[in-house]
Amino acid sequence: METVTMTLVQQPELYLECYSVTPDLFAGKSLAEIAELPAHEGKILWKLGDFFKFEGKSGATAAETKIVVNGNVKRMKRFGQQMTGGEIVINSDADMYVGGWMRGGKITVKGNADSFLGIAMEGGEILIEGDAQNHVGSAYRGDWRGMSGGLIRVKGKAGNDIGTAMTGGTIIIEGNAFIHVLTHAEGGTVIIKGDVEGRVGGQMVKGDAYIFGNLLYPLPGFKKIGTVEKEVDGTTYTFDQYIGDLGERKTKKKGEIIYGNIYMKI
Amino acid sequence: MSEIIIKNGYIFDPISGIKGDKADISIKDGKITDKVSSKAEVIDASGRTVMAGGVDIHTHIVGPKVNLGREMRPEDKLFRGSFRGGILKQGKHMEMGFSIPSTWKTGYSYARMGYTYANEAAMPPLMAPHVHEEIRDTPIIDISAMPVFGNNWFCFEYIKNKEIENNAAYVAWLLNATKGFGIKIVNPGGTEAWAWGDNCVTINDPVPFFDITPAEIVKGLIETNEYLGLPHSIHLHGNNLGNPGCYETTLDTLKLAEGYKPKNKFGREQVLHNTHIQFHSYKGDSWGTFESGAREVMDYVNSNKNITVDIGAVTLDETTTMTADGPFEYHLNQLNHIKWANVDVELETGSGIVPYIYDKNIKVCGIQWAIGLEIALFAKDLMRVFLTTDHPNAGPFTRYPRVIKWLMSQKAREATLDTMKYKDKVIAASHIASMDKELGLYEIAMMTRAGPAKALGLSSMYGSLAKGADANIAIYDLDPTNIPSDPELIEAAFQNTAYTLKEGVVVVKDKQIVAEPHKYTIWTKVNMPENAQVMHDVKEKFTKNYTVNLENYAVFDEHVHNPRAIEVEVA
Repeated sequence: METVTMTLVQQPELYLECYSVTPDLFAGKSLAEIAELPAHEGKILWKLGDFFKFEGKSGATAAETKIVVNGNVKRMKRFGQQMTGGEIVINSDADMYVGGWMRGGKITVKGNADSFLGIAMEGGEILIEGDAQNHVGSAYRGDWRGMSGGLIRVKGKAGNDIGTAMTGGTIIIEGNAFIHVLTHAEGGTVIIKGDVEGRVGGQMVKGDAYIFGNLLYPLPGFKKIGTVEKEVDGTTYTFDQYIGDLGERKTKKKGEIIYGNIYMKI
Repeated sequence: MSEIIIKNGYIFDPISGIKGDKADISIKDGKITDKVSSKAEVIDASGRTVMAGGVDIHTHIVGPKVNLGREMRPEDKLFRGSFRGGILKQGKHMEMGFSIPSTWKTGYSYARMGYTYANEAAMPPLMAPHVHEEIRDTPIIDISAMPVFGNNWFCFEYIKNKEIENNAAYVAWLLNATKGFGIKIVNPGGTEAWAWGDNCVTINDPVPFFDITPAEIVKGLIETNEYLGLPHSIHLHGNNLGNPGCYETTLDTLKLAEGYKPKNKFGREQVLHNTHIQFHSYKGDSWGTFESGAREVMDYVNSNKNITVDIGAVTLDETTTMTADGPFEYHLNQLNHIKWANVDVELETGSGIVPYIYDKNIKVCGIQWAIGLEIALFAKDLMRVFLTTDHPNAGPFTRYPRVIKWLMSQKAREATLDTMKYKDKVIAASHIASMDKELGLYEIAMMTRAGPAKALGLSSMYGSLAKGADANIAIYDLDPTNIPSDPELIEAAFQNTAYTLKEGVVVVKDKQIVAEPHKYTIWTKVNMPENAQVMHDVKEKFTKNYTVNLENYAVFDEHVHNPRAIEVEVA
């Protein structure tokens, strides 16, 4: 795997849309060509080279290309948008839409990520060493297709609307989360190792939520059906199993009704 | 005095009967003429196809339900995979959206496809001001809008009492109040029934509380339309749309036109236009046994000259369905569970919106695609069968070039069939695979401009290259003597014209918007003596039932952008 290191040399005045920073668009290009890739600051069209200097070499394909981002890019959005392979390491905080619509590869953010992390993600892996804000692995505004595959791991805490309209894949929040987890979900798994304020699984048709800490305000649409042992993130724990959302339509598979599940660690 | 001459193009103009002859088209002061001076600007059309500007007889592009669709679907503006829809700036404004494009994109896209006229298919009378505001904001193309009458309380009562003259006076009053073009009917009786949680799925189901049936409503409105002699016939979206087995209801509905003769001075020959007939041509008794009823429906249409239809072809896209057929949208939402909006418009109509994905890997969608094309391929007279996608219900209007490709090339149809997961089941439930017919450019010109213009009663102005018509002209980069063997090139040629002219002004050149000249709102002005009974009824209903005052109801003159009235005299 070849590595391109991009280092911030000029901080943008506003927020910069870094949708071109993907292994797919870097692959097979010279550093000069990479520096020519577009980036938007509001409605103004710039080049990546106006803000970053580039070193190293890109691989022939996305899968063979690693991008390392240095400098404070806290006000830069859309790293790794729609990427299909390869790797991005951001040695900083990043702004919104990290790994949005991602299909493969890996993104690591050494600091915090803002909202819309991995929205509508289809595959690949995202690791956030710090916190994430709202709408982790959700659907785009108005859309009914949330995260459908891959893994998002947030080592810190996250905000609200985690896994909205999710249909597949896994989200792990190692810290606390606020409200609205797996709303409208039709599949997928969300694991929250800390506490959750409430509203888990509202209008959930299918999907699994695992909550290790407290759930302060559970929804009335869920019913406890028993206690189960489950292996979660490599370790086996005992959980109380709740099914729901009982107010939502349900599908059947082989004659059995499929419910959404909330597993509360005992 | 501006003069233009379009030289050496291959002309396809069914109104004048010109079938691809090489000729020049002269334009003077925005009209087609027979000769111009030597100072005329020359446009070289050699090796290219020249047609009149396209006329879309049925599309949903302006008004409250279209705008609610835009509000409801921010994701329609988003890329998915590639930059679908995209954001572009060629004209004065940004273009956005895919299935429910912004007004700007709507006007520009029609112009780039060589279309210069579109007929908005459903205007809720109460919401007419919004419709006219969006007409003003849709650049380049001329637009008319048809108010919906099929669930209107006034019409129900007059038709029930067999007061056709009073109904005609009411229709004339409403066309004037809304600056509307003609009589649109959506699920006659059914949308009103839906206000009570019910529907009318056959033409004989009575409407709750009104003691009237869809059959009586349709016949009453045909009689009203011909009493007035409106430019267009009634424009009907019948009962039981979109359900397996609905072709029988469709045949029952079409038979209602039997015995009626057109009465008008506009050259219109039909008394009933059945819109998006693809949605009305389904056989089978469930989604499992769903199959094409295109042959049965088209056998009837082919042999009855007082009927026209448009196809409503499914384009296999993710789109947004929107119709005044409220109950249908509810049932559609029960099928796909996405999003649903529903509105009741007091005394007049209702509406619903549901996003929908016509997925080529779903058997039913594949069969729907086949039916849309079969309608056109079974047609014997393409001056009576028009190209539409019921935009955006079966697909966005920006896919017309793709539908043209499928109609002109069996190879293209086979290529699409080959991508379907349930290809064999689609073939078994439809006729498409056995149809080797390929339409030519003359037939496409019939379906996309001459036919619709004639059915709208506007062929002296639109859809024609005859002397005196508006100089609305599309020049396509397509050599009729050498049609490309790659069907994709046919689609590309129809997607972006070499030139589009609107009233003698070049608005598209080399696929780019280059001018946005003034445009018209077309409406029908009926001149008839005031009917005291009807005006009394109108005042009474507004006092008793409407939530608005009569004085605030009609569209203000300043709301109507560049009105161009089609005048009708009734003694």
